[in-house]
Amino acid sequence: MKFAVLRFPGSNCDQDCLRTLRDTFEVTAEPVWHKETSVAGYDVIVIPGGFSFGDYLRCGAIARYSPVMTAVREAAQKGTPILGVCNGFQILCESGLLPGALVRNRKLHFICRHVHLRLENNTTPFTRQGTIGQILRIPIAHGEGCYFADNDTLDTLEQNGRVAFRYCTEDGAITEDANPNGSVRNIAGIINENGNVLGLMPHPERACESRLGSDDGRLVFASLIEFALHSAS
Amino acid sequence: MKIRVTVLPKPSVLDPQGVATADAMQHLGWKNPGRVRVGKIIEIESPGERPDEDKLHAICRDLLSNPVIEDYTFEIVES
Repeated sequence: MKFAVLRFPGSNCDQDCLRTLRDTFEVTAEPVWHKETSVAGYDVIVIPGGFSFGDYLRCGAIARYSPVMTAVREAAQKGTPILGVCNGFQILCESGLLPGALVRNRKLHFICRHVHLRLENNTTPFTRQGTIGQILRIPIAHGEGCYFADNDTLDTLEQNGRVAFRYCTEDGAITEDANPNGSVRNIAGIINENGNVLGLMPHPERACESRLGSDDGRLVFASLIEFALHSAS
Repeated sequence: MKIRVTVLPKPSVLDPQGVATADAMQHLGWKNPGRVRVGKIIEIESPGERPDEDKLHAICRDLLSNPVIEDYTFEIVES
């Protein structure tokens, strides 16, 4: 069981991901520099948050062309689970591995606080230990987290169960007030067509120990570890 | 050779920077500035040969803009 945590110039959640995987889940996790051309031998690939290449041009626009992303694209086609968190989600959208784009938050502010998420699909490698409708409390930290896609794309996502998480109230209601950044249809996380690529703006790696205010993020990593063990056997 | 690429948010995409900028224009006494969109200009000064139009479109589409949320135009400012 081996996790890769990609590292671009400007990534700043790579250590959080490595620490969570190593210390909380006791699995092997290695940083992988963006100039590497292979991700062979890894069971799961994590693209962490941060400001890759200083968010120059657009968030994730330059990271998309890093050499490692060619290998990530091949791994995605082979079915390797790929988790993109925050800037990782932006990179996946820029790469075309996920549809849509992430734009400036509706009210322009950088928002750093805990939000509530409703789990919408528990059949993915990232959510298999959860139940539909389950409410998670996980922090967000972003300035460009407003998910946007055209209506046809959104309808396709919805019809195929590809909205994995939505922003909700404490009670699980999907309301405008519970939407921190203006994302269309309160979308916080989506999966690709094959279900093995997840992008989400909230940071599950920052919510895996109760002393950090929440351990609801464990669901994502525990599901991934179970999935990887299951695939290997 | 100089090429100037202009990138703007698509009209269908909410542009909160444009809205905030329009609000600020009202503070300066322009009562109804209408719709404001904030984008970017990318200027390329190249000593080499000019790429053909198809190549320029590919660069604009695949790197300089994101077609999901933005439109672009380019002009050859100096040939």
